[in-house]
Amino acid sequence: MLGEGILKGLGETARNFAGSFVSADRLTTIQYPEERAAPIEATRDFPFLVYDGADWEAGLRCVACQICEKECPPKCIYIVKSTDKKPDALGKPQIYPTRFDIDISVCMSCQICVEVCPFEAIKMDTEFELSTTDRFGGLLYDKKELSRSNDYYHKIHPTEAAEVDARLADEKAKADAKAKAAAAAAAAKAAAGSVAPKPAAVSAPAAPAVVAAPTVKPSEGEKQG
Amino acid sequence: MIGKADQIFVILAHWLVSFLPAVLQHAAMVLLGVVAIIATFPALFAITVLLERKGLGRMQNRYGPNRVGPYGIFQPIADGIKSLTKEDIVPLSADAVVHFLAPVFLVVIVFMGYAVLPIGRNMTLVNMDAGLLFFFAVGASSELSVFMAGWSSRNKYSLLGAMRAVAQMISYEVPLLLSSLAVVMITGSLSLNKIVDAQNQYSHGLPHWYVFTPWGFAGFVLFGIAATAETNRSPFDLPEGESELVAGYFTEYSGFKFALFFLGEYVGMMGISGLGATLFLGGYSAPLQILGFIPSWIWFFAKIMLAMCAFIWVRGTLPRLRQDQLMNFAWKFVLPLTLLNLMVAGLWRFMSEGLLRWVVCSAILLLAYIVMGRAGMKSEHFGPRSYRYAE
Repeated sequence: MLGEGILKGLGETARNFAGSFVSADRLTTIQYPEERAAPIEATRDFPFLVYDGADWEAGLRCVACQICEKECPPKCIYIVKSTDKKPDALGKPQIYPTRFDIDISVCMSCQICVEVCPFEAIKMDTEFELSTTDRFGGLLYDKKELSRSNDYYHKIHPTEAAEVDARLADEKAKADAKAKAAAAAAAAKAAAGSVAPKPAAVSAPAAPAVVAAPTVKPSEGEKQG
Repeated sequence: MIGKADQIFVILAHWLVSFLPAVLQHAAMVLLGVVAIIATFPALFAITVLLERKGLGRMQNRYGPNRVGPYGIFQPIADGIKSLTKEDIVPLSADAVVHFLAPVFLVVIVFMGYAVLPIGRNMTLVNMDAGLLFFFAVGASSELSVFMAGWSSRNKYSLLGAMRAVAQMISYEVPLLLSSLAVVMITGSLSLNKIVDAQNQYSHGLPHWYVFTPWGFAGFVLFGIAATAETNRSPFDLPEGESELVAGYFTEYSGFKFALFFLGEYVGMMGISGLGATLFLGGYSAPLQILGFIPSWIWFFAKIMLAMCAFIWVRGTLPRLRQDQLMNFAWKFVLPLTLLNLMVAGLWRFMSEGLLRWVVCSAILLLAYIVMGRAGMKSEHFGPRSYRYAE
């Protein structure tokens, strides 16, 4: 009969109206500044720089290879390479960025910088409360503002950070083994001048072990720089 | 039976006026009434807007505004300040004078309707013999304001909205008038006070409201439909359909002019609710004889607010109609039923009292409703939608 659907609809809205006062799970709204949704691991907005250890400046993983700067589609990254070398977190002398700026008003959160970084130095943040009264200076983040500790990275993306740490440890172990082998070979060479270095074969499958397969090898980046 | 509380505003007005010289007393009395109306209904408008926003929110399982003050009750004040401080933009090519006059005209018009509404016992501003006629005459000119707004804005959306509004309002003016004509036929008077008096009687403690008769109930429902369309309320809000016309005829209005349109719309809704209450729900009379001790004006405002809640409820439920559906509904369904209702009202008047006229009148109306509903739904192919290619 005509009007049946209207009455049914009115009943439905009345049920919603009354139900919203009775059952709390009907009201799915999270009242933002006071209440917050549980953090979502897969979320991302703007990039940050990871550092190891306690000192942000010394522990920065970035070696200023400038791959991210070149790959960034909207060109929001600006890097100035250092002319000298400083020891990184592992004590190895490395080139470091004297300037590393990201204009987050330009950044489109595509995560390409993260994907191309061979050093796991740049990752995506989840912080979204970035409003500022100065839309030029306030949204241009420098090296210091971009730096976040590895612990912070573990806090916001636990699964991903654990994978990254495992990968880095793996690489480090391999590098150490290689260095040890090289040292051993050098020692052997020094000991018996004409004996060919055999242990080099151990480090042959080092590169394919990287799981997330950063397409650009570190050496290439350095060459381009 | 008429208590002090019931007449408090009348007594207050007389007391205030008594300080003035006798020559000015009549004019001052009228002025007081006007001021009271102009002060009361915008206040009710603020409450209604809050109610609507909160109520619609709850219907959609949201909270609605809850930030300004406890439970968001100061939201209307914040909205008012916002619209007052906003920039008032007039398009360069707009007809500035008409553009300015349209909202003012609307507000004036909708307030004029209250002049004849009996808000409480002895609380009619102008006790006109042809009060109903006056109300409709004034109410119909709100179409002019809408068209002024649409035409002067020089905007295609405004004009389309205004065109729609005029077509819709004229179409629904007819059933609106015809449905209230049944009341006039039974009462034998166009005076709203007499109409209320005719309903303000009780037998066995129950009121003689017209809504409790077959023709009155049908008339009330039809009046409600027509009033919803007349005030451009959802589901008949095509003139301001934001999905296709931005905001319809007030697209080019901002700041306080927009607020005036908003005010005019709601005050007009309250006016037409008041008229509906007066015609069918016994105006200021109590719903039960034993509740007669509660002041009459409280009942009137309670009925208005109830009608506003019904408007909100319908808005929260129904989707917007299409233009052809709107017109078909007016001319092919509502209008024939109102005409039939007029005849049923006549039949009711001339049949002797008793169960028989109840049965006959209800049967005629119900049958007509079912048959017309069936026929209409058949020709319009209502019901579950079938897809030709998607399934």
